[in-house]
Amino acid sequence: MLIFEHSRKNRLNYSQAPATRPAKNNIPDNLKRKTVPLLPEVSEMDTVRHYTRLSQKNFSIDTEFYPLGSCTMKYNPRACNSLAMLPQFLSRHPLAPEDTGQGFLACMYELQEILKDVTGMSAVSLTSMAGAQGELIGITMIRAYHEAHGDTGRTEIIIPDAAHGTNPATAVMCGYKVIEIPTNRDGDVDMEALKAAVGPRTAGLMLTNPSTLGVFEKKVAEMSRIVHEAGGLLYYDGANLNAVLGKVKPGDMGFDVIHMNLHKTFSTPHGGGGPGAAPVGVAERLLPYLPIPIVAYEQGTYRWLTEKDRPQTIGRLSAHMGNAGVLLRAYIYVRLLGAGGMLRISEYATLNANYLMAELRKLGFEIAYPNRRASHEFIVTMKEIKDKTGVSAMHLAKRLLDKGFHAPTVYFPLLVPECLLIEPAETESKETLDHFVAAMKEILDEIAAQPDMVKAAPHDMPLRKIDDVKAARELDLVWNPAG
Amino acid sequence: MPFIPHTEEDVAEMLASIGAKSIDELFDEIPAELKTGKLTRVPPGLSEMEISRLMHERAQQDGFYLSFIGAGAYEHHIPAAVWQITTRGEFYSSYTPYQAEASQGTLQLLYEYQTMMASLTGMDVSNASLYDGASALAEAALMAVRQHKTSRRILIPQTVHPIYRRVARTIVRNQAIEVVEVPYDPATGQVAMDKLDQFAREEFAALVIPQPNFFGVLEQVDALTDWAHDKQSLAIAVVNPTSLAMLKPPGEWGHRGADIAIGEGQPLGIPLSSGGPYFGFMACKQELVRQMPGRIIGRTTDLEGKEGFALTLQAREQHIRRSKATSNICTNQGLMVTAATIYMSLLGPEGLYRVAAQSHANTLSLIEQLEKLPGVKKAFNSPFFHEAVLQLSVPADKVLNKLKAQGVLGGVLLENYYPDLKNTLLVCATETKTAEDLDKYTEMLQEALTGV
Repeated sequence: MLIFEHSRKNRLNYSQAPATRPAKNNIPDNLKRKTVPLLPEVSEMDTVRHYTRLSQKNFSIDTEFYPLGSCTMKYNPRACNSLAMLPQFLSRHPLAPEDTGQGFLACMYELQEILKDVTGMSAVSLTSMAGAQGELIGITMIRAYHEAHGDTGRTEIIIPDAAHGTNPATAVMCGYKVIEIPTNRDGDVDMEALKAAVGPRTAGLMLTNPSTLGVFEKKVAEMSRIVHEAGGLLYYDGANLNAVLGKVKPGDMGFDVIHMNLHKTFSTPHGGGGPGAAPVGVAERLLPYLPIPIVAYEQGTYRWLTEKDRPQTIGRLSAHMGNAGVLLRAYIYVRLLGAGGMLRISEYATLNANYLMAELRKLGFEIAYPNRRASHEFIVTMKEIKDKTGVSAMHLAKRLLDKGFHAPTVYFPLLVPECLLIEPAETESKETLDHFVAAMKEILDEIAAQPDMVKAAPHDMPLRKIDDVKAARELDLVWNPAG
Repeated sequence: MPFIPHTEEDVAEMLASIGAKSIDELFDEIPAELKTGKLTRVPPGLSEMEISRLMHERAQQDGFYLSFIGAGAYEHHIPAAVWQITTRGEFYSSYTPYQAEASQGTLQLLYEYQTMMASLTGMDVSNASLYDGASALAEAALMAVRQHKTSRRILIPQTVHPIYRRVARTIVRNQAIEVVEVPYDPATGQVAMDKLDQFAREEFAALVIPQPNFFGVLEQVDALTDWAHDKQSLAIAVVNPTSLAMLKPPGEWGHRGADIAIGEGQPLGIPLSSGGPYFGFMACKQELVRQMPGRIIGRTTDLEGKEGFALTLQAREQHIRRSKATSNICTNQGLMVTAATIYMSLLGPEGLYRVAAQSHANTLSLIEQLEKLPGVKKAFNSPFFHEAVLQLSVPADKVLNKLKAQGVLGGVLLENYYPDLKNTLLVCATETKTAEDLDKYTEMLQEALTGV
């Protein structure tokens, strides 16, 4: 039932709204609204019940294991939320003077410093509101760098075929042509293809390392050399930074610019699809172009750097300073974990992934890159199973829902057929992983005994399989009271 | 170990299963010369008690102020239920609803949100939100260029939020799209129609129309919308969602209505929080839906015909289309929209109207009081919604500092954004201000003016 269907005309929550319609009203008649907007008229209790019930129809980290590859679904510590929601932080207006926000700015400045250390970059801007915006910032800076050097013939961005879809979409959004390069059989970038792709038109390379295939690009130093020698710059997509935290620094791998997804590595909540935060770090040569605002610490005082301080900046990406509340949560998280905790993230995420990979391999699942270590994630391919039984990766994913586990990422990366990208994250216990393995075993048995049942999953969810073809063909995007 | 449940025994069993001797061995594919990741500037970890003390100290350092600042982010009362429900783990810690059957709660909520926003803006459809109001303007500009096909120029009046204009430039100039600014009329604070008419013979993909504008002033939206349509440009509305309870929605502007409506969603139950996270909303006419960026939810059925919800029109999106996507955006501000949907449900049409009307009335009262002070006058003579520009006869920055010393944030200095508007303040009084608050501000301003 939709919230609108609980509605009754002229019902009002008297405690929440101002007591009356004020008499004073200076809006000219021709600018007044004459229609009543379709907002529900429901009691506070019914509102609370309705949205509580809706929440119960979600899987979440707080209720289920969520081995969603590349998305890093790990526990979101409660303290990060409650402390970021202290009333003084919530009530602070973004345009309030800097001297009324020194406590908040101190957190932001320290977060910048911590992220510099973690990434090995020279400077960090916190403004980016999501990974894709971090990418947009990074590629825009690469463009600004080449333009500032009069190097206007660079029109191409090189991207491996395993990359997130945001990489090519970002490059195009920044006015570049995308040159896609293939992956070899071991899951590494094809070096010959890279060598053939670079040249005077190369503006840069976007790379995720460890890649979305769950393996570390061993030849990253050589790639860096090849691209730099051709005059291009290197972009590090930090989607998988959690796999190498405290082990390897992107700056030391030769990258010029990086974004890091705080909602992954630094455990800020995914919130059902945002808000994220993706600070951007740069090497020395891109420093002048970094987006503003940036927090500076001068003579014992924190202040925002603006266009005046950074005349070559690419500019601003949000109305204020990005997702401040998300940044506060990340700050609290890194302070809770400290340097030792940062290192444990990568170690235990990697341990969990390699353990799960070993156990699933023992069950007979085919590992896409069997000769490689898993990073924090790995890929199972269902191709052979599908060829034999008709049961696909999506079918298995839906059956896992029945067993109380969120499905792994399916059909990404695109280059592995029928793939499941599995990322357990460091906060899951061995028992949970073992339960997951047991569920995968059950499904394997079910595939052998009754494949059609598996293909028709889910069976035990509130809804059966959703018809998304119908959703796209018969577009119904807003509710119409007339039916 | 904080947030890591492994016992020593677990680790030993897991390594045995893998066939590795140590956790370190699992990193043996990383070349040794790259293993330089040791963290030297990250401090040691704190307990929850220690971090709690630190954060409380920092929060107290910042304190509370009686604030009359608006300028794109507005203080409104947020009912207690909004964030209590929003921060339930099932909303807070869930992922993007790609697995529809395991995400019906979020999906249905987003469908309800789309319905509310489409109706509030008077448009046919809405997406599931964008990052914030400023980036939503950039996305609307890109969308207009895709739809228009021949022009890569956008007209943006200087009465649009100055930071929105900068953000739009940062984003669209990558695609060689030109932003052309239209001056404002110094008497009315509205778009200068005579200046706009100088562009009448040129081709533009869109005209951006703010309502209310950055000065709080109400624009002649019907005339502006028709002006855009008469020359085959799209009309992009930039609106405040609270104001839409009182003001004519963009879908009804002019003869045909605006084509795209965007804005900052923060006033709908999102705390100010130093600027974010907020959310951007975007609604449009049906014929533009396939050009719309971001997530969109559709109502459909399951195998057995039961009502259900799913992400739809994903063929526009980057994870399917890669380089051919409408935008690189691959998120919405899900949790913020959860709060906004609960906020709109609790207030309903009458509650939201009262919030808007009380904010409007409070600002009217405040401006009336302040105008009586010697050395204070309204900068513009047009009607306004819930903020207005004051012209002071003395240095406005000094006045603000004096107010601040007494715990009052008196507004925003416009000179930083509009060099011509010397010693002007943009002042806002929402429904959260009482008559006593308005009197206090008036008294303090009077004192401050005489002392400067």
